Amino acid sequence: MIRLVLALVLALASSAASAERIVLGLSQDEVAITATFDGSSLLIFGAVSREAPIPDASELDVIITVTGPPGPVDVRRKERQFGIWVNADAVHLSRAPSFYAVASTAPVDSILSAVEDLRYGITLDQVVRTVGASETVEDVANFTEALVRIRSDEDLYQIGKSTVSLDQQTLFRTGMHLPSNLVEGSYLARIFLLRDRQVVDQFETGIEVRKVGLERWLYSLAQNQPILYGLMSLVIAIAAGWGASALFRSLQR
Amino acid sequence: MQIYLPIAEVSVNAFLLLGLGGLIGVLSGLFGVGGGFLMTPLLFFIGIPPSVAVATGANQIVASSFSAVLAHLRRKTVDLRMGTVLLAGGLFGAGIGVQVFARLKAMGQVDLLVTLFYVVFLGAVGGLMFIESLRALRRARSPGGPVPKRKRHNWVHNLPLKMKFRTSGMYISVIPPFFIGAGVGVLSAIMGVGGGFIMVPAMIYLLGMPTKVVIGTSLFQIIFVTAFSTLMHAITTQSVDVVLAVMLILGGVLGAQIGSRMGTNLKAEQLRILLAMLVLLVCGKLALDLLLQPSELYSIGVSE
Repeated sequence: MIRLVLALVLALASSAASAERIVLGLSQDEVAITATFDGSSLLIFGAVSREAPIPDASELDVIITVTGPPGPVDVRRKERQFGIWVNADAVHLSRAPSFYAVASTAPVDSILSAVEDLRYGITLDQVVRTVGASETVEDVANFTEALVRIRSDEDLYQIGKSTVSLDQQTLFRTGMHLPSNLVEGSYLARIFLLRDRQVVDQFETGIEVRKVGLERWLYSLAQNQPILYGLMSLVIAIAAGWGASALFRSLQR
Repeated sequence: MQIYLPIAEVSVNAFLLLGLGGLIGVLSGLFGVGGGFLMTPLLFFIGIPPSVAVATGANQIVASSFSAVLAHLRRKTVDLRMGTVLLAGGLFGAGIGVQVFARLKAMGQVDLLVTLFYVVFLGAVGGLMFIESLRALRRARSPGGPVPKRKRHNWVHNLPLKMKFRTSGMYISVIPPFFIGAGVGVLSAIMGVGGGFIMVPAMIYLLGMPTKVVIGTSLFQIIFVTAFSTLMHAITTQSVDVVLAVMLILGGVLGAQIGSRMGTNLKAEQLRILLAMLVLLVCGKLALDLLLQPSELYSIGVSE
């Protein structure tokens, strides 16, 4: 009997938790890299739909993350050897996103529990994987810190740079800047609704970042037909150089 | 106006690239050098990835040398036979250079290799050129002084495998030109330069070639070696950026016109001292980067 009541309560609790759902809008689900691409801004907005009235026992918070295609990286550290600075120690990180942005209604560590962070992989500590990073280097933390520092300087990692504004516990929105040195691929936008430091709903959607037009054509030619691309580069270069100097000679006459 | 480079995957100001090409063009018109040795480090400074800078630099040199070599062919100042021997060596050297480049790139030491090569070669060439042109200036000031005679015969002329080079009027072994070509080929692949700044002095002082055929012959070799390097880089690392190359070429042609006009108002010795100082300046900047503690000790490389 007690068990049945407990199950009932749990079922109610979980339905109460999922009673708040995310309805999402994106300013664009595709970022086109054209010849004049100079970064792009991304607007993420949405609403919380609910069947019950707004629970007023706790605050609602929103965290939005955007992740670029991940890949392995090598972080190297320079050291003075024979009087000059050379790359010495290196740490191989099996997985680091090429782009990562986190925006939230309040500082992430104040609205998200460590357990939930571990489960959903929200903060950079969870996202940049250092497991089995290196056997030879003792201070791996310095290397991951450097990765975050360098990529943050290049605007590739944006932690708490933009905030999420939440209106009447229902409408949320944030703007993010995508820098010009973006890597092509499938980006993932994740939205988390939180109450009492617990995730009550999450929503995921993809954003395609692709080169288009001439940029697309040149890039795929270089990757798929390297010999043809190399020959074409030579012909174009010679034609441009020759043509321009021929033009000058005819102008001088 | 920003322009997105499809292979380098960075967005750069188009006028900056045109200006950079133009600056190198002015220098090449002024001094008669290709300017690749300045182009590659300058591309590093504006944020082009080193492998793209080296590969695209080679592509740009093909273009800037092409119209020059045509002019030399018309004037018959190209020793085709000597050029072919140099070229055979050059292709051999470039093949080795591309391999070394790829191997060191995987080890994360390619930046060091490129910088060290630049420091050593620019330092040596710039220093020699500086001393040489100082002497020439002093001679010009005190007329009547003895003009040193160039040695016509040295150890180079005692090697086997001799061949007749009619245009240069020489009968020497093919071994030294082959190895000069090979050395320049290695430099072309690793430094993204044509290598004229090494080859021209070597042809004059080591081989004793007549000065009037030296430039044309070296250009002949440079075109084929840099074209080969471009193709190799395109195939092995996909790092030739044709959009970047075209921007640099267009600026370069314009700059070369300005440079050659400026050059007619200056004396040859003064020009050479200026060039020597420029070479030493770039060398010094690169050497300081190696010697002083960098502000960021860490760097990120995308691994395979």
